[in-house]
Amino acid sequence: MLKVGTLAPNFSLFAKPDHKINLTDYKEKRVVLVFYPADWSPVCGDQVTLYNEVLPFFQKHNAEIIGISVDGKWCHQAFSQERNLHFPLLADFEPKGEVARMYKVYDEIEGTALRTLYVIDEFGIIRWNYLSPADSNPGADGILTALEELDNSTCILPQASN
Amino acid sequence: MSLKPLVSDMDHIQGEANAIIELVEYGDYQCPYCGMAYPVIKNIQKKFGKELKFVFRNFPLSKIHPHAKLAALAAEAADKQERFWAMHDIIFENQKNLSNSSLIAYANELGLDIFQFKTDMEDETLVKKIESDFESGLRSGVNGTPSFFVNGEKYNEYWDENNLGNFISKKILSTAW
Repeated sequence: MLKVGTLAPNFSLFAKPDHKINLTDYKEKRVVLVFYPADWSPVCGDQVTLYNEVLPFFQKHNAEIIGISVDGKWCHQAFSQERNLHFPLLADFEPKGEVARMYKVYDEIEGTALRTLYVIDEFGIIRWNYLSPADSNPGADGILTALEELDNSTCILPQASN
Repeated sequence: MSLKPLVSDMDHIQGEANAIIELVEYGDYQCPYCGMAYPVIKNIQKKFGKELKFVFRNFPLSKIHPHAKLAALAAEAADKQERFWAMHDIIFENQKNLSNSSLIAYANELGLDIFQFKTDMEDETLVKKIESDFESGLRSGVNGTPSFFVNGEKYNEYWDENNLGNFISKKILSTAW
């Protein structure tokens, strides 16, 4: 995992078959970055489904959420439609896992991203991170607590963010 | 993870107030897994009798279960006429039919005052109660439905009758002695 306090590396990945998203598109917003192994986990209470319901709570803290897995954009599109998701899923597909590697959460054996959460502040600095144990859905409490702490902390502008 | 806030008289509680075991479910009336858990919980309640009280909190995943919130409202509205658990049961027993008209039919079947029931279904305070249940679930570490808490601690094993039953039996032994 990348350490708290480091600048979150930028990336540009497909969110829809014809549309890419950059991390830098989220200026003046906080970003909850969710790396997860794969679409189509077999339970209805899975991680992305839960976060889809928690969106209004994240937005109260000026945060948007982005999911990233190594699945391709067409797979994401089908999964998103099936789960009625209201946040983007990015395809870390070509080169496979490149962004997961940049964020030091790539599982070389499985060939997927490790289930990891990052909270990035308005200045692009990682302010909280969490690596979830295998097969365990980390829920939303840690993210909400991190966002509340950001609300209460005085912002320190990064010295060299460019 | 532990339960926040703790069970209070704001909750729907079935069983003896001073039972040794307090089993809390965060559930969604349209979730098929919660539907599977429903008879499991009935049997667990039968097995442990007065040793166990059961609490149900709402955790509707509305984006995938469009009727979940409406069904939760129906149970809360029935509570206004002291029939929460009767409505809770009838909903889980008829999970595939949770349209507005079905819910009203169930209210009718339970002998509720239908005019009052319909009025209560529109009651903002009931909507708020469901939302506050949901938020308490998030803060307690609920990560899907159903999620269970035994004596305030999240239960992370599979919740079939054997596993959950054994866990509770052990808890009773360790608490009683």
